[in-house]
Amino acid sequence: MSYEMWIIVTGALVGASCGVIGAFLILRKIAMLADAISHTVLLGIVLAFLVSHSMNGAFMLAGAVLVGLFTAFAVQLLNSGGIQEDASIGVVFTSLFALGVILISLYAKDVHLDVEHVLMGEIAFVPWETVSLLSFGELPKAFVMLGSIFLLDLLLITLFYKEFKITSFDPGMAAALGIPVLLIHYVLMVMVSVTSVAAFDSVGAILVVAMLIAPGATAYLLTDRYSAMLLLSGGIGVLDSTAGYFIAKAFDVSISGSMAVAAGIIFTLAWILSPRYGLLSRLFSRHAVHKLQR
Amino acid sequence: MNQIWQSIASDGNTQWVLWSTLLLGIASGILGSFALLKKQSLVGDAVAHASLPGICLAFMVIGEKNFFLLLVGAAATGLLAAYTIQLISGTTRIKKDTSIGLVLSVFFGAGIVLLTKVAQMPSGNQSGLNDFIFGQAASLVGRDVQMMAITAAAVILVVLLLFKELKISTFDADFARGIGLPVKGLNFLFMSLLVLTIVIGIQAVGVILMAALLITPAVSARYWTDSLTKMVIISSFFGGMSGMIGTLISTLGKGLSTGPFIVLSATFFFAVSVLFSPHRGIVSTLLRRKQNDRRLAFKWIMKELYNQPEPLSRNNLFLQSHFSNGQCKAVLKDLLEKGYIQEKERIELTVAGKEKAYQYKLVDEILELKDMYPNDMAFDHLEWLEYGQAEQISREQLVEIDEKITAFHDQFVLPSFTSAYEGGNKS
Repeated sequence: MSYEMWIIVTGALVGASCGVIGAFLILRKIAMLADAISHTVLLGIVLAFLVSHSMNGAFMLAGAVLVGLFTAFAVQLLNSGGIQEDASIGVVFTSLFALGVILISLYAKDVHLDVEHVLMGEIAFVPWETVSLLSFGELPKAFVMLGSIFLLDLLLITLFYKEFKITSFDPGMAAALGIPVLLIHYVLMVMVSVTSVAAFDSVGAILVVAMLIAPGATAYLLTDRYSAMLLLSGGIGVLDSTAGYFIAKAFDVSISGSMAVAAGIIFTLAWILSPRYGLLSRLFSRHAVHKLQR
Repeated sequence: MNQIWQSIASDGNTQWVLWSTLLLGIASGILGSFALLKKQSLVGDAVAHASLPGICLAFMVIGEKNFFLLLVGAAATGLLAAYTIQLISGTTRIKKDTSIGLVLSVFFGAGIVLLTKVAQMPSGNQSGLNDFIFGQAASLVGRDVQMMAITAAAVILVVLLLFKELKISTFDADFARGIGLPVKGLNFLFMSLLVLTIVIGIQAVGVILMAALLITPAVSARYWTDSLTKMVIISSFFGGMSGMIGTLISTLGKGLSTGPFIVLSATFFFAVSVLFSPHRGIVSTLLRRKQNDRRLAFKWIMKELYNQPEPLSRNNLFLQSHFSNGQCKAVLKDLLEKGYIQEKERIELTVAGKEKAYQYKLVDEILELKDMYPNDMAFDHLEWLEYGQAEQISREQLVEIDEKITAFHDQFVLPSFTSAYEGGNKS
């Protein structure tokens, strides 16, 4: 495949895996928790680097999962201690992220773990860093990592499809049915962490947040069906990232940044034009109601 | 350490930087308290992220680093973000936290896009706009710092002048409207002050971590008090100290960002609050729980010994109690020292002990009666019983309680019997 194609495929993988997970986050109203986790996995990556002295994928995943779970746990702990949820998210993620940034600037400055990389990712360099995989030949490292995380996410979602669905809509009933609501919550948090860390390397922290939230929010405006929302959200993620790539190419700007911008534009389109929940249809239906009343 | 003091003492600029981060911390501590109570903590996060595109746009338009105009740009996109969040959650079924995350990441993405554009401009390389991401207080110079300090001071002044109005509209918007306060105007003013504080803060703390300076000191202060005035004072103290300490630490190393250190200083104050604040802190809660357990064990053992017809052996007592053996032993030791019990082979109450146990029994009984028949047993002058002062009860008061209980039983049980008896006689 060509250089350009690899970037688009990598972006699409990020969009698809983040999009599908994002659908759950929106339905469960924990989008900001995901935002927090996608920031704090930085600390996990740094810690993994300090322990293993390498940018080994397995260590990074382990570190990210640990710190991601810790974030979710700490937020819950503070929240149950009487602090508002948004405030506890704010305290936890800023602290852990600050710690990560300090550790990078103190100990890891020479590696390619610099701050800019963290924020913007280096999706443009993705095709050059390759690993050879048995019968497939040379494949970009980020592609392999994102691909396997995407498959893992899909596997977990199909395995726990019903549980995810019930706990999203009615946790009380789920608990009454004997579904381990908290476990499912933490499974989702693990998925957010590993997906963030896999996407982190190629697209950076901020884009991960955009990709986790924007496609899900867009899909939420377009459908009322749970399964449709999952598929649509993943599809919109792919669309966002691809559109973002071409915007970046046209204007010669940061690829990850323009992917976020594309996600924003596509959300705005859905916001205005959505057949059921869009601003325009709201306007028209209000108009129609007025006419009927007259 | 010496190095720091020397640089503070000799360098006028460092002094200004310290003063301005102190004032910035105070201002954000105050506004953060209000934001916390309005449940708008993370809005500040979004506004901070969203100021990045404004800064870049302003730079692209004017082509040089004019601090004031950059801040105008930051304020413009920051306010735009705040209103977009309200618009999204107001016109769709998307929840507020989702719209915050959405606006935050999209605006920041736009900021990154514009940042790459700025870097391509001929003057862009030395623009230092990157400093806005994690904050670089040390790079602030001369007039910029002074402007930052003055703006922060102005924000503080405005909030103090309108403190009462803001307080009322925060806690009870309907009441505020009722007494004729312009609630919408106050909200707009508050939002503008918040944006202003964030905008002057991003140079020192950075757009990503600025939210911490708004949230963490306020949450920490919440641990120490329930009164808004005290909360604002404590929060501004934490905020100001964090700003100053963080800046000091970051000047120790070359090229260290200021923001993360300010944030970690704030986190330190937060940790101290969580652990040691007098009412809600973990340590004091644990201590109180332990004390309470101890008191319950003390009472239980006394009553158990009083109720048993024969003296109990240690093992018997341990078996019947649901307290740990260690706790029982400690209580028994305490009782021995106070002379309430004597122990040969078995444990027995002394005369003083019996009196004390009887007292516990009566107090518990009357409190129980009061719970069951609140109307009949509502004697005001016994209210002190409920406030844990049952320990220091005088003999007269005890007699009084005893009489009350007997009177109560007489009133309910005996008359009904007698009247039934008399009634039967008559017919």
